[in-house]
Amino acid sequence: MRRFLRPGHDPVRERLKRDLFQFNKTVEHGFPHQPSALGYSPFLRLMAIGTRSGAIKLYGAPGVEFMGLHEENNTVMQIHFIPDQCQLVTLLDDNSLHLWSLKQHSGASELREEHRFTLKGPPGSPPSATQITAVLPHSSREVLYLGTESGNIFVVELPSFRVLEDRTITSEAVLQRVPEDYCNRRSCELVEALREHPKNPDQILIGYSRGLIVLWDLQNNKVTHHFLGSQQLENLYWQRDGSKFISCHYDGSYTQWPVSSDNRQPEPLENLVPYGPFPCKAISKIYWQTTKNGLPYIIFQGGMPRASYGDRHSISVVHGSQQTAFDFTSRVIDFFIIFSSEPTAEFDDPSAMVVLAEEELVVIDLKTAGWPAVHPPYLASLHCSAITCSHHVSNIPLKLWERIISAGSKQNIHYSNMPWPIDGGTNVAPDPPQRDLLLTGHEDGTVRFWDASGVCLHLLYKLSTVRVFLTDADPNDNMNTLGEDEWPPLRKVGTFDPYSDDPRLGIQKIYLCKYSGYLAVAGTAGQVLVMELNDEDAEHVVDHAEADLLQDQEGYRWKGHEKLKTRDGPVRFEAGFQPFVLVQCQPPAVVTSLALHSEWKLVAFGTSHGFGLFDHQQKRLVFVKCTLHPSDQLALEGPLSRVKSLKKSLRQSFRRIRRSRVSSRKRRGGSGNASEVQEANAKFDQDALQEMELAPVQRKIEARSAEDSFTGFVRTLYFADTFLRDSSRHCPSLWAGTNGGTVYAFCLRVPPAERRMDEPVRAEQAKEIQLMHRAPVVGILVLDGRSTPLPEPLEVAHDLSKSPDMQGSHQLLVVSEEQFKVFTLPKVSSKLKLKLTALEGCRVRKVTVANFGSCKTDDYSENDLAVLTNLGDIQIISLPFLKLQIRYPCIRKEDVSGIASCVFTKYGQGFYLISPSEFERFSLSTKWLVEPRCIVDMPEVTSNNHMHNKSGIENAARKS
Amino acid sequence: EFRRFSLERSKPGKFEEFYGLLQHVHKIPNVDVLVGYTDIHGDLLPINNDDNYHKAVSTANPLLRIFIQRKEDADYSAFGTDTMTRKKNVLSNVLRPDNHKKKPHIVISMPQDFRPVSSIIDVDILPETHRRVRLYKYGTDKPLGFYIRDGSSVRVTPHGLEKVPGIFISRLVPGGLAQSTGLLAVNDEVLEVNGIEVSGKSLDQVTDMMIANSRNLIITVRPANQRNNVVRNSRTSGSSGQSTESSLPSSTPNILANFLQGEEESDEEDIIIEDSGEPQQIPKAAPTSESLESLTQIELLHESTQNGFLPSSEMNLNHSAGSVSMEYEVQDPDHKSLEEDGTIITL
Repeated sequence: MRRFLRPGHDPVRERLKRDLFQFNKTVEHGFPHQPSALGYSPFLRLMAIGTRSGAIKLYGAPGVEFMGLHEENNTVMQIHFIPDQCQLVTLLDDNSLHLWSLKQHSGASELREEHRFTLKGPPGSPPSATQITAVLPHSSREVLYLGTESGNIFVVELPSFRVLEDRTITSEAVLQRVPEDYCNRRSCELVEALREHPKNPDQILIGYSRGLIVLWDLQNNKVTHHFLGSQQLENLYWQRDGSKFISCHYDGSYTQWPVSSDNRQPEPLENLVPYGPFPCKAISKIYWQTTKNGLPYIIFQGGMPRASYGDRHSISVVHGSQQTAFDFTSRVIDFFIIFSSEPTAEFDDPSAMVVLAEEELVVIDLKTAGWPAVHPPYLASLHCSAITCSHHVSNIPLKLWERIISAGSKQNIHYSNMPWPIDGGTNVAPDPPQRDLLLTGHEDGTVRFWDASGVCLHLLYKLSTVRVFLTDADPNDNMNTLGEDEWPPLRKVGTFDPYSDDPRLGIQKIYLCKYSGYLAVAGTAGQVLVMELNDEDAEHVVDHAEADLLQDQEGYRWKGHEKLKTRDGPVRFEAGFQPFVLVQCQPPAVVTSLALHSEWKLVAFGTSHGFGLFDHQQKRLVFVKCTLHPSDQLALEGPLSRVKSLKKSLRQSFRRIRRSRVSSRKRRGGSGNASEVQEANAKFDQDALQEMELAPVQRKIEARSAEDSFTGFVRTLYFADTFLRDSSRHCPSLWAGTNGGTVYAFCLRVPPAERRMDEPVRAEQAKEIQLMHRAPVVGILVLDGRSTPLPEPLEVAHDLSKSPDMQGSHQLLVVSEEQFKVFTLPKVSSKLKLKLTALEGCRVRKVTVANFGSCKTDDYSENDLAVLTNLGDIQIISLPFLKLQIRYPCIRKEDVSGIASCVFTKYGQGFYLISPSEFERFSLSTKWLVEPRCIVDMPEVTSNNHMHNKSGIENAARKS
Repeated sequence: EFRRFSLERSKPGKFEEFYGLLQHVHKIPNVDVLVGYTDIHGDLLPINNDDNYHKAVSTANPLLRIFIQRKEDADYSAFGTDTMTRKKNVLSNVLRPDNHKKKPHIVISMPQDFRPVSSIIDVDILPETHRRVRLYKYGTDKPLGFYIRDGSSVRVTPHGLEKVPGIFISRLVPGGLAQSTGLLAVNDEVLEVNGIEVSGKSLDQVTDMMIANSRNLIITVRPANQRNNVVRNSRTSGSSGQSTESSLPSSTPNILANFLQGEEESDEEDIIIEDSGEPQQIPKAAPTSESLESLTQIELLHESTQNGFLPSSEMNLNHSAGSVSMEYEVQDPDHKSLEEDGTIITL
């Protein structure tokens, strides 16, 4: 080891560094931000989602996913798979077309952009002449038909995108044989829809926005049928046998048209306004699906009565007498139906409906009675309530893993058992090396447990802390409970619900002990809950304790929110994590740090006022320590009300407005305080804005002093069994670090196990260290005699870690936002330091010990610090000598929420939010890499490939 | 009153002992006095610590002429550069203090009561258009008191003049340290912070670097006003030609090194309270070979700037005295605030 420590470029160390460290952004988890287009290939059984930032993501079987990004970063308007090919075409809002292909490369498929093309009209023509509105990839796979705003349809060759000018279908040619009086009333206008005949590839159906629909014969270049629609057209759909098609319209109606060789200008078979008679909104897309039993499924988007339900985002499914209007939580971007694509099959027999809404993906099982939702294995809406914190636990023991899954499965009974219907491609990635859990805390007081072991971030279990408290929300207030004869038959689907009933419920800190199953969760209103995993439902009383962190400090008045009211009496909890004790901090300020020691049965918590230690075995408060500086008025006044961002307060006030609108019938009261705070915030924001205008970019240079605000804010808590008093006896200890650069160390006396319930836990302050640079302390760590970080509680007991070296001298590592410092123990003398900010001007935002294994040899691994700075860089710093090993730019420095959301794992991976709904996963390690690796094979193309799949080709041709 | 006695030049002893000897020789054991001597340039200089006492003894040629005044009616203005030549007769001033009633001088305290607040350093290695200013936040209650902003400056490059982004001083707080030194001004461009170039760094980064270094802040600026630059006539004259130290180069680095060492130490010393006892500064652990390496590596940058340190401002007359008083000051405010926190609550 010693030779690696020399400064400068030791070639041996440099080589080892290459074997240890490597930076990769591997996969994006969650739901794409601002989706704008959807496509599906029944041939590949792959789904594609495009976004407003120009990203395109392909999903198949769990683990099969691809991502591409258009250079232009323009909104993806439409996605069309080329029939029977591993290719797709995207249309962006700059009117450019892009051809993407999936190609195999060294054992895995890759998504690559092959060509791009912008349709150019003759010189001098208006831009609308070539503005593409509809795209039809022909089943011959040789040409694309491009409908435009001008009404002309251009034909381009694939894959070259060469325009075949002689095959252009002009609106003049189409109008030639249209009856005079119809023609006068409405000109063609733009091409709304293009559909290929399901049986005859030489015929395409063209729909114009004013209502005219024609069947065009490609061989003879002429119109064979005219369908004189009287309503503005939205979309078209062929029936499977090609004998009929259906059109949907702006006025909320749909019309069936017969196609036969004897009538060239047929009258509609049926014209229906499903939610009439009052004016309805447009039906923007419609499906007509045949079944064996004869009753078709008619599935359409929109069409709700304009006045009463015009704000609903609905898709209606009609099957005989059954009718349900699925009511989505956000705008529907697009949807498709999965049905039998076998060319020999006589009927469509739809199996599932896949709906891309703006904030979530919903899949409905159409085969099971009641049409239940299918639980998606990916594309989870992480932000169904805003994420407030996250916590990662690596290498979960199998037992705990199974218990969590079992608790979660009891919550998922209302989901369909249908296997995931989008199952294209093969996942060839190696199995995840271990079971990892990502826990996210949410604004609505829930904690979600995600399987973060592999490429698919999958929800295992959802825990709600709300039951412990009395909230404004009426538990019986269920939007779904509608009477039998309610019309329209709305049914709410989806989980996205960004509006929290009470922001005080928000989860701020999570700590899970993977060995014991103890979980501590702390929230916005100073609530700390300790929970235990129980496999059965149970009804019990939650014990309740108060921790007065101000102690005898006088003359302080808390102007922030009140604590949450608790439910009296026993509370029923479902199987899973069940709270057994609640510690309420007073004042009820947001909990800023949390630590749990499952072996000693202690939980430590800190706020902006101080910290406390609670014995959850005896359910007794051990001690509290006020860290407040007497002159720090700001910390006392409220929940950081004055440092709240403008955005946040806007969001909150918006939420309040919305809440009062939604629940006007709910009881009022207790809002006086809230409005006061809001007013004060508004005033503060205004002041801040004014100040900003006066001094646009100016920064004050001033040393920190003990009198600064929020110096008492507790940033980190740490339990350690170390040499605090003398070098002969080690003892349990609790360490706390504050915003003002103070470190407190308390010596703990925990009674032995046999007398654990009889004797009290005692604590005594042993040390207090004041860092002279006074920067916030963000991390505390004790290194044992071998300079290895102390193991987690119970880790040794479960034989998962070597016991720490209690012979040699221990060292204390204190990480502030500006410096890393190593001190000796038990006598505190400074040993080493790394002044990060003074040298580089960056500050530590997150720090974790991570274990890095060599990719070359199995027997070498080392512990280092993984550090995220305020500039979004990740640095790896060696232990115990604090040498910078490597630096990678990771997050844009302007992306403050991304940096704030970052969480590192114990094995050199990490997650951060790239949008409210997506985690980017990255890896710093050469050894632990979780990234998608999958193959998409061309399925066997049958001889009658022209017939194959035609009916299933998704033509998501519609305007957004 | 005149006394004459002999000292062993090679072993002058400590100033304390010498002071005691003087009081004994003059039979004034309980009277506070100021001690001064005339150096080879004829300047009347104070003797109040070991360093300047040793220097005085070593420069005696062969006689060391010493002046003693009672502290309460001392004439401070008599000390300093050129005092012996400027005044017709220093002795007349010293011996007949009533002369001064006609032309009162501003009374300034003795150097031992001073502490440096700022200095211009590295004059010999920097271009004349640049100025490296050291601000001693330590031990003063004054705020640093300045603001910085983004701006653009013009650089000469091989491709001609180019506009590049830069960091500038935007505002000085009246009464702040930065303003009171007179060495920094609004619109001075900040080039380096403690030896690290700021080019390519954002305003927030530079702010964080300055705050992280606020206890010992060294800023290199290109002053907006280039008329007050130090003009160097020749290498030999040094940057502050008047200083007596320039003629005694052998003793200078020593004093400076001690001073800087002390400064660096106190800058970094965190405070520990053991078992709610008295706050103490955290000592450095006996450095192992590895830790020494790392320390030298980290602090290399500071040292490189400090080696060329040459005092030129009149405010840093006496470094060692300043350093002592600083260390004292440091402890004081923390002491008070921390004692209150000593209580332990066990429930």
